[in-house]
Amino acid sequence: MTGLFWAIAKTLIVVLAAPLMVGWVKWLKCRLQNRKGPPPWQPYRDLLRLSRKHVVLAETASPIFRMAPYIVFSVTILAVSTVPVITVQLPVAALADVIALVGFLALGRFFLSLAGMDVGTAFGGMGSSREVTISSLAEPALLMAFFTLAMNVSSTNLSTVISVLGQRDITLYPSLIFSSMGLVLVAIAETGRIPIDNPATHLELTMIHEAMILEYSGRHLALMEWAAMLKLTLYSLLIVNLIVPWGVALTLVTGDLVFAALIVTGKLLLWGALLAVSETIQAKMRLFRAPQFLGLAFILSLLGMMSHIILEVQ
Amino acid sequence: MAWAGGLRQNFPVNDEMAILIAESAVLTALLSAILPLFFLNRPHLQSLVAFFLLGGSGLAAAWGGGMALLLQTTGQVVLPIGLPWLHVSLCLDPLAGFFLFIVGFITFTVACYGSGYIREYIGGQLSIGTLTLFTGLFACGMFLVLLAADAFSFMLAWELMSLASYFLVVFQHHQPENRHAAFIYLLMAVVGGAFLFLAYGVLAGFSDGFSFAAMKAADLSPTWATIAFTFAFLGFGLKAGIVPLHVWLPLAHPVAPSHISAMMSGVMLKVAVYGFIRFVYDLLGNIIWQWGVVVLLVGSASAVLGVLYALMQHDLKRLLAYHSVENIGIIYIGLGLSMIFHATHHLEIAALALIAALYHCLNHAIFKSLLFLGAGAILQQSRQHDMETMGGLIKKMPVTATCFLIGCISISGLPPFNGFVSEWLIFQAALQGPILKSGILGAMIPVAAAMLALTGALAAACFVKVYGIVFLGRPRSAEISEAQDPSFGMRLSQMILAVCCLGFGIFPTWVVRAINGIPESLMGTGLSSVTDNGWLWLTPVSPQTASYGAPAVFFGILVSWLIVFVFLHPLRRDNRIRLGPAWDCGFGPLNSRMQYTATAFAMPLRRIFSFIWLIVEKVEPAGPGEAPRYLLKIDDRVWLMFYVPIGKIMLKLAERASRIQGGNLRVYLSYSFFTLLFLLWVIV
Amino acid sequence: MLIATLSLPEQVVLTLAALILLSSFLLLAQVRLDSLINIFALQGLLIFFATVLMAFIAGKYHLLISAALTLFLKVYFIPGQLRKLVIRLDIRREVEVIGNPMLIMLFAAALVLFSYYVALPIRELSLLSTRNTIAISLAVVLIGMLMVISRRKAVAQVVGFMSMENGLFFAAVVSTYGMPMVVELGIAFDVLVAAILFGVFFFHIRTEIGSLDTDRLNHLTEVEK
Repeated sequence: MTGLFWAIAKTLIVVLAAPLMVGWVKWLKCRLQNRKGPPPWQPYRDLLRLSRKHVVLAETASPIFRMAPYIVFSVTILAVSTVPVITVQLPVAALADVIALVGFLALGRFFLSLAGMDVGTAFGGMGSSREVTISSLAEPALLMAFFTLAMNVSSTNLSTVISVLGQRDITLYPSLIFSSMGLVLVAIAETGRIPIDNPATHLELTMIHEAMILEYSGRHLALMEWAAMLKLTLYSLLIVNLIVPWGVALTLVTGDLVFAALIVTGKLLLWGALLAVSETIQAKMRLFRAPQFLGLAFILSLLGMMSHIILEVQ
Repeated sequence: MAWAGGLRQNFPVNDEMAILIAESAVLTALLSAILPLFFLNRPHLQSLVAFFLLGGSGLAAAWGGGMALLLQTTGQVVLPIGLPWLHVSLCLDPLAGFFLFIVGFITFTVACYGSGYIREYIGGQLSIGTLTLFTGLFACGMFLVLLAADAFSFMLAWELMSLASYFLVVFQHHQPENRHAAFIYLLMAVVGGAFLFLAYGVLAGFSDGFSFAAMKAADLSPTWATIAFTFAFLGFGLKAGIVPLHVWLPLAHPVAPSHISAMMSGVMLKVAVYGFIRFVYDLLGNIIWQWGVVVLLVGSASAVLGVLYALMQHDLKRLLAYHSVENIGIIYIGLGLSMIFHATHHLEIAALALIAALYHCLNHAIFKSLLFLGAGAILQQSRQHDMETMGGLIKKMPVTATCFLIGCISISGLPPFNGFVSEWLIFQAALQGPILKSGILGAMIPVAAAMLALTGALAAACFVKVYGIVFLGRPRSAEISEAQDPSFGMRLSQMILAVCCLGFGIFPTWVVRAINGIPESLMGTGLSSVTDNGWLWLTPVSPQTASYGAPAVFFGILVSWLIVFVFLHPLRRDNRIRLGPAWDCGFGPLNSRMQYTATAFAMPLRRIFSFIWLIVEKVEPAGPGEAPRYLLKIDDRVWLMFYVPIGKIMLKLAERASRIQGGNLRVYLSYSFFTLLFLLWVIV
Repeated sequence: MLIATLSLPEQVVLTLAALILLSSFLLLAQVRLDSLINIFALQGLLIFFATVLMAFIAGKYHLLISAALTLFLKVYFIPGQLRKLVIRLDIRREVEVIGNPMLIMLFAAALVLFSYYVALPIRELSLLSTRNTIAISLAVVLIGMLMVISRRKAVAQVVGFMSMENGLFFAAVVSTYGMPMVVELGIAFDVLVAAILFGVFFFHIRTEIGSLDTDRLNHLTEVEK
């Protein structure tokens, strides 16, 4: 029962802390651009404000438009609940593995794209078209990176992967280096950060995620935005816990858990800082260069897998 | 199998019952073909009788097949018909039972659908009696293929199936392109049949008889086994639709009536897969790993190319036909993995891969039939088959739209529906690749898994396009605005299939346990650990390696949805939703032409993968007083690379051969004269 | 995993080998000429580090001389010369279109698998703990050759040729403690002379046919069409 309690607590904490992660990255970017910027807790105020407003629904909207925010948000919450954050000993660990995690995110993306096409405007169609193009190139790269990881550890269960990696002696695995690089590139593409998509833009020629949620308002928009923040936090957790697996508690002892929580927070803050720096020094790529970016991610994952077979196994 | 034993104790049957039920299914199908011919002037009665009997035969087949599968029985019967020295022998073992269940169930749902669908043909120029006759014969042929236990009856039933389906494809024969499509289909079916004859011939040459039991006992050298395998691969592959032998699929499926397309795509392709599995695993037995590599590579190529071709289509049924190519590719990936692991003596993983492939057969039959039935409903209501004219149908046809949505989610392989489970199982089998000692094979298998991942992502992209263009947005033509939900039978069949999609996705452990009997009977081992952790968790290899708790996932989605909904909808006063026009940037009212079209949606992918297709794109600028014209033609390269050269060579050879027909009387007489001389010399 | 049994310097050598393979792929993907030369210099730097580490692992300190030679030639001199050449010929910003990038990358990946398959029996013969890298160095050589074939600009083809030599050198270092010194120096001077000669040739080609597109050399054929 304590396991279940900690699982629900973890999910709740991550869901509530996701806007802070996004706020932190945005605040750092502003500072790097020599601006004062809004405080890191600004996203909370945005979400509260949105949830109080009325919903204005387009006349051509269908039930899918109204269902989609709830589905996207609940599927993202489910995905978050399967990722080990501070401990690997949770019962929900057996719920899903990395492939199912990718499946959940794909389900969310499916409904998000449908919602974009629902109202019958050109913006939504454009956003959906670009989103499915980019995700159809990113998903194989992501799965290849996970496969390399799985072949290294002989398991696709996330908790097993993190606990095995965390308990090994420090060894330099070229396959893990490459698959981590691939994972980072795919995470940037999937969460819609520069250089694939600009999270701050509202110009029609440059938006992907914003175009799909353009028609949403009120609490629906709050849910969609929150889901996007949650997705960024999810990918960040995956990256920091897979690349630097030390610090994740292996038991349910409270002292271990508190220590692990502090370490994970530190890792996330550091990752947020790196993300902010990388977004500040790069510009957004034009859409038809995105396949090259994702092709690079795929080649990195493929190289990781081939390094594993060639260099790491007898 | 303790589980099957337990079932048998509760339902005492003998081995013969299942096959008796299956035979009754065959007879009922035959009856559904012949009986309506007696009511020539009453088409409504004809269709009612035919589809009632067809539904009954489908149910009987599903029952008999399910019984054979779940209870692990093997029934055999020898019928006193056929050639004097070669009676027709039938056998129903778990493998045949599984496929019989699939065929029977889909036949039943198509029968529910059919009587409502063919109402539009009544009163026209086409005869309903013909349609029902050949539908019944088609079903009968498929059942007999699955039951056949000797090569002769197998080929008889196979040809019956092909011929009956040809007449169904050419049913609407007034348009020349329909006749052309049907001709290509018949040609390729006949060529496939010829390859199968050769394959069985090779096997029969080494055994003492035509029955499968005799062929199983035959001992072939690896070379001859490979020759037999090649013929069987080509023959069954032609019918299943692997690249490059798939060209008849996108021609024939759009042309046939929609319920027949559902049967062809959902079931006939699976019968071809059954034939392949029976030939390789049962009759040949000693699998060589190179065969597995070929099957794996061809499967990967079919999967990726199938979905890429499908992306560019805007005819709804042709798009679905190309997706069948893709899914058959996925099934072949599973089969290839199974063959490789079998050949290297990792029998448990081979069983896992085979179970994954069989599960995908079941899933594809269900969701592909669902999609085709939905497409048929749209076609019947609006007479449109081009996606570019559709839109906004979710408001006009809500039941069809909901079921079609479930079909789209399932075929994209998204949890918690059934498509995800079979793809997950194939991934798990592929991830066991490193256990192979050969590094090259161990490297090739994850690359095939990457191809499968690419296929899944592209399929999701394609079905977002399909659902978004067809059902969402605004109607793009006047005919579509008139559409409504179809009749009760058509709705019921779609709902049954949709519920099955969900059911087979949420309860995978039961399905896997049921299918587990097939690798046990074919290879000797099944998956031992699959349900070690209870019915909730699917653990194909071991709980630490991978696990998937499907009911928990479904429950989790529902619970989190409920929590969010309740949390954000407290009973407040000010919770209204206002309706307003869609955002138009202040330029004025939007019309339906301002939406994305199917071609526009797929354009980024077309640019990225442009080397796959043969694309002709022309823009003619506006002349005086005219609008500019845009032409986009996307063709299959395979047709140009393979079939056109083969056609040219055949024509040239035929021309050379036709020179024998000189037309001169004395030349013909001299042929007889020289033949006579030759025979006299040989005999003496 | 075998790699866990190796010492840290050996693991670093394996990681460097993988990074060298990555740099080969990046060379294939580059479109602009100045970034091409930079990545080539990076490849040389990685080989330098690998050679230094191998010298310490195997205790053969003559490898340090080879390493120093590599650093001077492959990281400073030759890239420097190529850069000067590119500036003098005023083609720094020229962008060339290579066949179909995706297909070429996939073919390069297939080449890696193929060289792994070819190197399997050779791997048995070496006694070094880093013998797994023979496949990688063979792949670098083959990818260099692919670069020579698939590019049109002469400078890119030269870089491809140089990376082939990089691969050969790397193979020698990690599988056999380096080549005999004489052979080493001979190859180094050959490459140096080749670089100088290429520079001279480029000028002549440029003045003769007006561009450095080697496909245009087809015009020099003596056969009447």
